[in-house]
Amino acid sequence: MRVKYQKSAGLTDAPLTYCPGCTHGIIHKLVAETMEELGIIDRTIGIASVGCSVFSYEFFNCDMLQAPHGRACAQATGVKRVRPENIVFTYQGDGDLASIGIAETIHAANRGENITVIFINNAIYGMTGGQMAPTTLIGQKTTTSQDGRVAAIHGNPIKISEIFAPIEGVAYLERVAAFDPKHVIKAKAAIKKAFQYQMENRGFTMIEVLATCPVNWGKTPIDAMNWVKTEMTKVYPLGVFKDKGDNNE
Amino acid sequence: MKGNEAMALAAIKGGAEAFFGYPITPQNEIPEYLSKHLLENGKVFVQAESEVSAINMVYGAASTGARVITSSSSPGIALKQEGISYLCGAELPAVIVSVMRGGPGLGGIQPAQADYYQATRGGGNGDYHLIVFAPERIQEAIDILKQAFDIADCYRNPVMILADGLIGQMMESVDFDRPVPHRDLPKKDWVASGMKNHKGRNFVSSIHLDPKQLEQHVFKLFEKYDLVKKNETRYEMINIENAEYVIVAYGTMSRICRSAIEILAKKGINVGIIRPITIWPYPTEAFDKIPKTAKGILCAEMSMGQMLDDVRIANNGRLPVAFFGRTGGMVPEPEELVDAILHFNERVVK
Repeated sequence: MRVKYQKSAGLTDAPLTYCPGCTHGIIHKLVAETMEELGIIDRTIGIASVGCSVFSYEFFNCDMLQAPHGRACAQATGVKRVRPENIVFTYQGDGDLASIGIAETIHAANRGENITVIFINNAIYGMTGGQMAPTTLIGQKTTTSQDGRVAAIHGNPIKISEIFAPIEGVAYLERVAAFDPKHVIKAKAAIKKAFQYQMENRGFTMIEVLATCPVNWGKTPIDAMNWVKTEMTKVYPLGVFKDKGDNNE
Repeated sequence: MKGNEAMALAAIKGGAEAFFGYPITPQNEIPEYLSKHLLENGKVFVQAESEVSAINMVYGAASTGARVITSSSSPGIALKQEGISYLCGAELPAVIVSVMRGGPGLGGIQPAQADYYQATRGGGNGDYHLIVFAPERIQEAIDILKQAFDIADCYRNPVMILADGLIGQMMESVDFDRPVPHRDLPKKDWVASGMKNHKGRNFVSSIHLDPKQLEQHVFKLFEKYDLVKKNETRYEMINIENAEYVIVAYGTMSRICRSAIEILAKKGINVGIIRPITIWPYPTEAFDKIPKTAKGILCAEMSMGQMLDDVRIANNGRLPVAFFGRTGGMVPEPEELVDAILHFNERVVK
């Protein structure tokens, strides 16, 4: 009998606490498989942030830290500077990274910290119950933008990959999505490339993943996937924003 | 050697492997000195983008078992309070040097002691304590900093050295080779260093969503704090025998009080000093040793009266307590303390 598919060794046996249709589970799997395939589970230190992924330290089968809201990249800097031989990643949502933690993230990028940031953009605050995120789309209804986000009142959705791409210390930056198998495969390749770059000491790598939050969006899991595909990608186009390994760079 | 530089060198002698900080007056000589001397020796120095970030870099490095230090001053320590609460919650050893200046707000940059509450009560959330030393001279600051990492490792808790702008900026001749007491340190088997370096999976966290679990965790912290109280409380009693009055003062203020009691002695008034060296844990037991000759206690601070709370708790209603304070960066002359003793009754706190 041949095993065709099994849970990655990069995940613990703890049952995931995420809602049905949420893409955290898929993205966790991609990070876990990446660690397993690269043979780095036993030297990786992950940083969980604040948001729905606050418990990701229970799911990733590697050493983990749990950071205050927004501070994951600062903690990752502390870890990596004293233990450059370890592989260090943060796993952060849009509230954590793009709002309260943008200073920590942008300066870690600017210093070219040799870490990998997995940035989950689902355009809403999930854990606290559906408030407006910095990445919430114009017109999108949330509990703190009940008539829909209005630029004049709430500002425009912040485009993290576009902001970070010109920063010198960024070695690899790609925006991916997880709304269908083809894109999940692409997301996996991007995450793996980011970790590989870190193993080659190339500098700061970040993968922005467009993700779902069916419960707080008030959508079915399928409608949520479609909304990422049709609406989110219009505002947040997919693609490679920076690749220092690319000779054209 | 300047106080700030001396503290920086003492930290290196104590085994500092990494520094993370953000510039603020009057402590800049600490990061300046360490930026050169840590990097030269293959150690880590990062100038962070903010105090908030710096204290979280400390959290990251401490989580891997490294001996890590940060320094700041009043408004900067305010920003570090979030991280300090997390360090205590996650039981991470680290050393924090706080060089106080005048406040509130941006305040000023002259020496003050108005951050006693900040150091001993904290602005971070939750039930926690820092172990806080308040040296009165550079030599004492050096001696404490050399063992601060050991103490932090011993209890898995951050240690704060609470100095003020005067100690940071003045110069004294010092000896860096005074021996430090030996401590048997617990093995750091809890660190996140990659699973190949230890058995099982380690995670460093301060989250306990189950209230039963969180209460048990806090109980455990407080058992540890009881040990700290028992083992680490330090103070000095100066000229206490037959004292008519006892001044309680720490740091720069206690130096001024030393001069004041000499002047008072010439006037025929015998005054002693209780000098807390740790302000958390507070040396409450020192107050039990106040002789029957004493008519009152004068708490003297470069603030509007913060340690005063601890003095009143320690005195427990036994003697009248008076207060003398200057604030905002004003450093009093010894004669002002002499005057405060001479007019003790007018200063008694109701």
